[in-house]
Amino acid sequence: MSPPPSPAADQALRALLQRIVETARAIFGAAASSVFLLDAGRRELVFEAVAGEGAGELVGRRFPAGSGIAGSVLATGEPVVIDDVRRDPRFGQEAAESTGFVPETLMAVPLEGSGGRALGVLEVLDRRDRSRSPLEELELLGLFAAQAAIALELLTSARGGEAVATEDDGALLADVAAALARLEGDRRDAARLLLRAFRDLADGSATG
Amino acid sequence: MRPLAAADAYEDELLELPAWSLSAAERAHIEVATDWPCPVTREWAWGGSTGAGARVCVVDTGVDAGHPLVGGLEQAVVVHEAADGALAVADDDAGDVGGHGTACAGIVRALAPQCSLASARVLDPDATGRGAVLLAAVEWALEQRFDVISLSLSTRRPEFAWRLQELTARAYFGRSLVVAAAQNRPVESYPWRFPGVVSVGSHDEADPWTFYANPRPPAELFARGVDIEVPWPGGGTVRATGNSFATPHVAALCALIRSKHALLTPPQLKTVLSLTASNVASAA
Repeated sequence: MSPPPSPAADQALRALLQRIVETARAIFGAAASSVFLLDAGRRELVFEAVAGEGAGELVGRRFPAGSGIAGSVLATGEPVVIDDVRRDPRFGQEAAESTGFVPETLMAVPLEGSGGRALGVLEVLDRRDRSRSPLEELELLGLFAAQAAIALELLTSARGGEAVATEDDGALLADVAAALARLEGDRRDAARLLLRAFRDLADGSATG
Repeated sequence: MRPLAAADAYEDELLELPAWSLSAAERAHIEVATDWPCPVTREWAWGGSTGAGARVCVVDTGVDAGHPLVGGLEQAVVVHEAADGALAVADDDAGDVGGHGTACAGIVRALAPQCSLASARVLDPDATGRGAVLLAAVEWALEQRFDVISLSLSTRRPEFAWRLQELTARAYFGRSLVVAAAQNRPVESYPWRFPGVVSVGSHDEADPWTFYANPRPPAELFARGVDIEVPWPGGGTVRATGNSFATPHVAALCALIRSKHALLTPPQLKTVLSLTASNVASAA
């Protein structure tokens, strides 16, 4: 029998997800960043954490998982960057419904748990920092999402009382740390906050 | 020709090369020598070809057949769960429910204007059955004997790896070439890692005809994957970046080659691609 979810663990993980979207937003100098969680039973994506535009009203909002750009990313497993979103009327409308505003650019990457289980999607909207090349942006987005997926899997397992697989987490953390070490200024500070949140999470798991 | 004794040193040199994507700045480092006895030129491979007669299946989120930059489909199907719980393939009129597939189809159409395009929609509403749905779609596409099966998607679920390996091997030794998007970092996902498919990563140059043979696979080729104007369902266009959009460039090239050289087998097609890559000496 599964143990009941621990409210403390749930709270710690929610805080961690919030740090993740805040860090993603800071790394890309973006207007907003969001994490969506897949509710497989209801076939819906749920806003779990939002930083920036829409932060007040979007958490908890749901939309069908089998459509839209988030659905595409979840279905294909491929990170994508879409620019000039407003040039396509349907895309603009869809983006507005899922973000609360119409972005000009959108980065979306799947969050996959151990064994490739689809967990959700991370989005970064209207990135303003263009100091990296698009290929570097894609790589960093993918690395960052792999990290976020670990947090998300912990969150869902804390809710469902499932076992958590953590193989390769160490190597991944090292990659992320190396990528973050190349950051400067505010973005580096934000990255430090994220790493600290991981440490707090680990401490909480060890003592709680 | 590189002497055998130099092979170990070459292995070491390889480790210095980019493996997962190719920036224009790194281009000069991946020149590949070849002493292939007969020149295989792009002119021979696809010069004058429009893709006419070649059939390409885009396995994706569906395709908006009415978009002017897609220009119609030969067929559209969806993989869905039948009443008995098994996966089945049925005709589909839902178009593109995600957008991704229309973008990929538009890229194939832009390069191979007269090829025949088909769509197999695999966007599963609960998004958790990607592996099983993907298997069903690839199996269907093989039965339909498409020349090229374009997969801008992959699964990390290990339970589907063996069956995907088997299907891509069947394609490779049959008539269909599977072109699959690689991941842009060392992720274990399938089927792009299998040698029977052509796996595609991204370079960041603007020419849609430029593609590179990667001396450090499993991402086998780098094709245009950055900032591409693509059709999106609804009639407009957006600009897209990702290996998803590099893949249909190679699918289109395969259609052009197959259209001109109908008897080439998938292994021969792969060889033609590697010999006509922009960084391979014989391509000039």
